[in-house]
Amino acid sequence: MSATVTLEVARYRPEQEAEPTFQTYEVPLRRDWVVLDALNYVKDSLDGTLSFRWSCRMGVCGSCGMMVNGEPKLTCAAFLTDHLPGPIRVEPLRFFPVVRDLVVDISDFMAKLKKVKPWIVRHQERALAEGEFRQTPDQLDAYKQFSMCINCLLCYSACPIIGLEPSFIGPAAIALARRYDQDNRDQGAGERLGILSGHDGIWQCTFVGECSEACPKSVDPAGAIQQYKLTGAVDWLRTVLPWGER
Amino acid sequence: MNAPSPYTLHHPKWYRRRVSVFWWLEKRSYTFFVLRELTSVFVALFAAVTLWQIRSVAAGEEAQARFMTQLGTPAFVVFHVLALAFLLFHSITWFNLAPKAMAVRVRGKRVPDLFVAGSNYVAWLVLSAAVAFILLGL
Repeated sequence: MSATVTLEVARYRPEQEAEPTFQTYEVPLRRDWVVLDALNYVKDSLDGTLSFRWSCRMGVCGSCGMMVNGEPKLTCAAFLTDHLPGPIRVEPLRFFPVVRDLVVDISDFMAKLKKVKPWIVRHQERALAEGEFRQTPDQLDAYKQFSMCINCLLCYSACPIIGLEPSFIGPAAIALARRYDQDNRDQGAGERLGILSGHDGIWQCTFVGECSEACPKSVDPAGAIQQYKLTGAVDWLRTVLPWGER
Repeated sequence: MNAPSPYTLHHPKWYRRRVSVFWWLEKRSYTFFVLRELTSVFVALFAAVTLWQIRSVAAGEEAQARFMTQLGTPAFVVFHVLALAFLLFHSITWFNLAPKAMAVRVRGKRVPDLFVAGSNYVAWLVLSAAVAFILLGL
């Protein structure tokens, strides 16, 4: 008989139970299998009622984030062999309301993301006839790291502040705000700082640093937030110093 | 059985887990984070002791001698050992985190993290040496 590993999967069926329970499944242990493969095996061969999100299987779409043995992970990048001997515990992303089984509701994040205007803001749009915006490699390099975010929300599950202060705008949204601020085509930095210096913005962050640890794309949201704090502090200093601007 | 369904298409019944009061014990990195936050208490207490010392120096030799005997008591020695440990923890973690906050760019390229953290350590060493020189030189 070939080797197997035990999965402990969180189940939540709102029409049946008031809170999540765990169900165990025995799945083949294959060297090239990730947790997502094991979940698909469960869905295909053992229990078709299990619900979870996934799409690309290659760390790009950001859909398959779950808690694997208590750590936020992209399940498409979490190899079974890295979590031996098992059982491997799979839970929905922490700090998000659970809709069903491993599926969480992310509408709160979507609203927060929209708040920080993650797009290029121009005081005045340029006419098409004026041509494209040019950018040098160095100008691209200034924001590229922050643009790698895939909105997988692992950083929200890693951040204890999100659990304690659910209104906190959070790591990914702030990193994406920074991405547009650092883009030389953008003129919306002032608007964004206005939002991010507010009650739910950068000052909620106490720099636990776990968001950057959890990030599968090395975006470093913690760095983005601390850089924002520096910008915010300098901006505030300008308003109070007699020779400052405004 | 005609019990009303708790779950309808437009009113899904979400499950929200409550955060435990002991969340900071769940993970070693969280515990370290809370300890780092706690270091601020020792920084404040140490600053208060220093202010008290300055005050005693200003109040004359007798007051200063009384302060020095106070410093020698076991309670104060324990406090200072603890405060030193927490202050070192505070300083080292702070300097290591500095590169994250300071994305210094020179001629379009980002200055390496090691350089940003290193310059903090160098400044720390220089200042410590200056303080040691003043104290031991006198």
